[in-house]
Amino acid sequence: MSSRQRLRAWIAAPVLALFAAILGWGFARAPAFGDFHGAYGDLLNRIAVPQRHTSNVVTAIVFDYRGFDTMGEEFILFASVVGVVLLLRAVREPATGQDDPVASDAIRLFGIIMVAVILVFGLWLAAFGLVTPGGGFQGGVAIAGGIVLVFLASGYRAWRTFGRERLLDPFEGLGAASYAAVGLAALIAGAPFLHNLLGLGVAGTLRSGGSMTLLNWAVAVEVAAANLVLYTEFLESYLVPHLPRR
Amino acid sequence: MTILVYAVVAWVFAIGIYGAIVSRNLIHLALCLTVTQSSTYILLLAIGYKHGAGAPIFEDVKLGTAAVDPVVQSLTLTDVVVSVTVIALILALALDVHRQSDSIDPDEISTLNR
Repeated sequence: MSSRQRLRAWIAAPVLALFAAILGWGFARAPAFGDFHGAYGDLLNRIAVPQRHTSNVVTAIVFDYRGFDTMGEEFILFASVVGVVLLLRAVREPATGQDDPVASDAIRLFGIIMVAVILVFGLWLAAFGLVTPGGGFQGGVAIAGGIVLVFLASGYRAWRTFGRERLLDPFEGLGAASYAAVGLAALIAGAPFLHNLLGLGVAGTLRSGGSMTLLNWAVAVEVAAANLVLYTEFLESYLVPHLPRR
Repeated sequence: MTILVYAVVAWVFAIGIYGAIVSRNLIHLALCLTVTQSSTYILLLAIGYKHGAGAPIFEDVKLGTAAVDPVVQSLTLTDVVVSVTVIALILALALDVHRQSDSIDPDEISTLNR
């Protein structure tokens, strides 16, 4: 440890001691593992399916019971992506004529198959988010992961088809805006913000959830675009300048 | 079992904080923050767990079957995704610091020297 590190540790020690005391106090009153009876969660487990017609209670909470909170989360996501873009995009020159093709046919073939598999998996996760485990957040991450695999499997030039600012930025904005638009549409119709206008549908099918389906897809688009924008920004700023020139 | 679960939470939190305190590298510091944050996910999910209960998804399970708490799960899932982009922002800031002062050691970066 250097002297600066030791100094920092001494400054942190009293704060951490206080924190440890509060943590211990909290843990002493926490429920025994596996024996939690939260009134809110138990209630939702009983009423969410009859009330909202969505068999996945977690998604019903994300997009309905705590839908307003999720909008806040979505805008935190949006704001941090905007921050990354502001920091990285302003200072870099456009890269041209560079490529780093993947030489192995086996990796390319397997990679492209996996791109398709992961994309379908991501779309399935998002589409059936209100029925089975999944939802827009998880599906969006999987979709972005599938697309970024194009870079790993086949090289920069193939990735550049998808990893373009002009293609991704509109999706990023669209995802955030349409979540708010669904909420405002309810206000215009004279109902509370984010009220479900489209009817509840049939539980356990793709037609369940009503407005929640729209919110689910808005989040899927937002999360997928956010992840792809981040990949693009970091790739363009710190990997592409080191690619061999052709 | 109860003590073990809460001990894991405290341990993950503590190693993250320890790393942040002694960190000599802003990227390492950002990763320490993710470790610290992960302890809150373990805590949330552990608190919502119930012995013998299934997932709070009633697709092919009869309504009224014992299920774990869905609220903490929804909090965790949105937070996991959002934290990734926030960490990306922190890393972008670290890279910006490196560009401006040629160092990512917090002890060598001093705003007073500019």
